[in-house]
Formats: sequence, structure tokens, C-alpha cells
Amino acid sequence: MSTDALYQELILEHNRKPRNFREIPDADRTVEGRNPLCGDSLKLWVKLDHDRIADVSFMGSGCAISKASASLMTGAVKGKSREEAEQIFDRFHRLVTGTLPESERESLGSLRALGGVAKFPLRVKCASLAWHALHAALESKVESVPVVSTDAEGGGPGEGA
Amino acid sequence: MIVDRKDFPLLAANPELHYLDSAATSQKPRAVLDAMLEYYEHDNANPHRGAYALSARATERYHDARLRVARFVGVKDTDRLIFTRGTTESLNLVATAWGRTNVRAGDEIVVTGLEHHANFVPWQQIAIEKGAKLNIARITSDGRVDIEHFAALITPRTKVVAFPHISNALGTLNDVATLSAIARKVGAVVVCDGAQAAPHMALSLDQLDVDFYAFSGHKMLGPMGCGVLVGRRELLEAMPPYQTGGDMIEYVGDERTTWNVLPHKFEAGTPNVGDAVGLAAACDYLARVGMAKVREHEHAMTALASARLSEIPDVRVFGPPPDVRGGVASFTVAGIHPHDLATILDENGVCIRAGHHCAQPLMRRLEVPATARASFYVYNDEADIEALVAGVARARELFGAVA
Repeated sequence: MSTDALYQELILEHNRKPRNFREIPDADRTVEGRNPLCGDSLKLWVKLDHDRIADVSFMGSGCAISKASASLMTGAVKGKSREEAEQIFDRFHRLVTGTLPESERESLGSLRALGGVAKFPLRVKCASLAWHALHAALESKVESVPVVSTDAEGGGPGEGA
Repeated sequence: MIVDRKDFPLLAANPELHYLDSAATSQKPRAVLDAMLEYYEHDNANPHRGAYALSARATERYHDARLRVARFVGVKDTDRLIFTRGTTESLNLVATAWGRTNVRAGDEIVVTGLEHHANFVPWQQIAIEKGAKLNIARITSDGRVDIEHFAALITPRTKVVAFPHISNALGTLNDVATLSAIARKVGAVVVCDGAQAAPHMALSLDQLDVDFYAFSGHKMLGPMGCGVLVGRRELLEAMPPYQTGGDMIEYVGDERTTWNVLPHKFEAGTPNVGDAVGLAAACDYLARVGMAKVREHEHAMTALASARLSEIPDVRVFGPPPDVRGGVASFTVAGIHPHDLATILDENGVCIRAGHHCAQPLMRRLEVPATARASFYVYNDEADIEALVAGVARARELFGAVA
């Protein structure tokens, strides 16, 4: 599997110029997402308008996949209801793990650029980090929660002696 | 390369593979795999127990493995060589068994900014538990221990000083004698993490002024799950055991138990004979190659890799010059995260490590979230380095760097 399929131009472009890469001073929720294996971390800000995501932003350090995924995610969920956002996450997760049928792909729009991740199981965690943070932000009643991505999405490339 | 690649079944089966992650774990020669298989096929039984010839043979094989490993690292009193699961367990053994008894509230512990988590977190936790203070010696911009700062941290309250012989993240080769001499002035116990040194240079541990020295078998051509702690006899004898159970006891009463003699006191449970036999075979293999030759080869590899990588724009190579560095080239490429680099290199069969290398305090001091690390061993050659360099160039192209 060629890495060209993984690093599509849209991903490289979002890595260079991530969208919504800023703080939201009056955010309702802030979440820190960390990948303990590689040390990558990002912070997510969510501003809610009742049930709707009025604004969402992130900052942090990480690989191109995690950064582009976070950037694309902010664009995809802004203005969406919690339920809609969770539905997108579900489809996105199936996309990057290679279980999303062709018929459902269309609805993901530019998030489809991350479809190449499915062929690189070690990188699923990178692509999912921001989404796990968003999920935690939408779930939590408290203002700030840390989320650590330790799910069974394959070992990270970063741990080690 | 200074060995026959055909000696290594995994490398022989993958001729296109450029394995540059030996600082994480080494590949295994046929001689090691055969020795382990031979043990299990001919001599396997629970040692130290059975009153039958087979058990006696297993005991003999285990004893013989200890002698050969001890000879390889220059230890005459073989009772002070304890088999463990690896460096991490060896260091936890010291921090727990020695540390719990000897570190008290108000004491100080000194480590360096180069530490692998295995020689950092155990000391940090003992410090928290005992109300002692953990002091971290600064490192210089080229990744060496700042000796002045190190010396200033060592006071009459310093109970233990821990440092790596060679840094896993940067390859920095520490001058053990200099660091120990400073620690000795206040009578501190010296703990040296030798995980990156034992595989790569000749050791004479009887001559090295340290109290505890830890290393892993799997980084030196041996199997995973077997490592070593070499300790000063008086300290080992005075320390309580690390784990209790079978094999490590002398007499178990209802109320009290007395401990077996060294080394058994620190080897509770059925010993890992098969892996010890494998590690001894690995030591024999390395001894045949010659450790001076190993060091010389890795020095050449490191110098070449550093020079070739430095020619690439936007590449920053960390650590001191190759003369005082083990077989490690730790680097970053501006604009490309090490994980992305590792994925792109992997496509060309180049295996490198990307991340914090279990050294987050060090990464904070270098002010990078992660680095890419290529590390070298006996089976690497110039072609591996050229593949690495070509892969980095390709990654820069893909990420749209301007040449």
C-alpha cells in the first residue's frame, strides 16, 4: 500500500494550515486528548448552543494524520447537533477501520480523504484522537476532562526503548 | 556489516528490510534460537528441585548460562549476577528492594535528564513514597550531562545517583567513572542503566565503579524476557528480597522465613532457563565477533548516518559527536512529524523508531514532542543508511518541502 494514498493532498494541506486552530475563550467544554504511546496531544474547545455545536476548535502537536483529522473534523461537525456529530464519528470510525460500505461514504464529504488510513492500522489511533476528544466533550457534564486514547485500535508507532 | 546477514533468519528471509531499530530490540541469530530449542528438546525440567538427572541437567544449563553471561560482562563473582526479565525489572528491583529500605524522608535522589522512563519513574515513585526529593541533572544543548549542574545537585543528603551508560534516545555515551566519582564523594549508591551499552561495547563490570548495573538480553541478540542485574555483593546481601515465593527461600516457618543465598534470593519462582541459555549463546556470538569491532563498526555507521542526514535541508541531528555517542542517530525533519516519517520510510522497508523513546522528560528539555531514531547494530551496513537517507528525501518531496 503506497503512502501516497495515505497522504492525500487535502491531508497535507490541512496539516500545513489546520482550520479552527485556535482557542475558544468562552468554550463550554475543553478536553485534552492524549496518545500515551506516541506522546501526541491536542486540546479541543467546544462551544454549545443548546444541543448544537456552535463552534469547535483545537490546538496541539501531532502527526499529519492526527492534525488533518482534527482540522477536517472541526469543519464537519460545526453547526451539527450532538446526535449528528456522533453519527458522523460512527461513520468516520468505520471509514478508517475499513468497515464502511461504499454507499455510506458519500455522506462523509471531505472526511473521505482519510480513507487511506484503513490500510495503515498503526495510524487509526492518530486519525481518531480528535474524535475521541470530541466524543468525551459531548458526553461530559463537567467543563474539562482529559481523554486518553488507549482503545484497541492497534499499537502506536511511538513507544519504546 | 560485520556479521553474515544469513546468520539472522528474519533478515535472511527479508532481504529488502533495512532494520534500524536495534536500540528497541535486536534481531536474533540462528545460534541463539538453536541454543534455546536445543535446551527445550534435551534438557528441559524445573531446575533446583527434582531429584532426577534431567532436573540436574536443567540446573547445570542455568548455572552455565550465568557463568557465560558473567564472563562476557567481566564479572568474576557470578553470585552477584541476578537474572531478571530485563532492564526495567532490574531497575525496579533496585528501587524497590534497596530503595524502600534505604531511602528516607528528606533524602535526595539524583537522576539525569537523559533517563529512559525505566530509570526515572521507579526513582520518582520511591521519592514520592518516602518523602525524598528527586533532582534531575540538566543536559547540555548537544545532549550530554551538564557535569557542573550534576555535581552541584549532589549533596550529603544524596542517597542514590542513577544515570544511563548510553542514552537510548540520543546515544550519548556517559563517562561512568567521572559521574561515579562525584557520587562517591558523598557516599551515594550508584545505579547505572546499561541497556544500550551492554550490547554495543566491551564491559568490565568488576572494574566499573557502580553499585548496580542493569541490562536486557533482547537488545543484545538474546531472547525477550531475560535480563540482568549485577549488584555489589554487600548491598545485595543486606537488601530484603524483591519478590518472595519458591526458590528464593532457605527455610519457611509459620511465622518467619529465611532467604536463600545469592543469586537465588532475588530470583523468586521457576527461573527462565530457556531464555538464559539463549542470552548466553548471544554473549558467545558477540564475543566471537569481538566487542571492540562492534563498537568500531557502530561508530562508523553513526558517523556516516549523521553526516548524510545533516546534508539534507531541514534535518536536525541530536546528541553529541559520534565519538561520544553509541549507535544512534536521533533526528527531526522540519515540517514532518516523526510518525509520518516512520510510515513513509516503512514503505521502503526502513524500520525506524518515532516518538518520545520512553524519555518524555528529555523530549521536554530538547523542546521537541518526538524525534525519529535510527539505531545500528552488527548486521547494518551503508546500504541501510542510504535507504534511510533516500526515504527522508522522499518524505520531504511528498510533504512538499522546497529543496
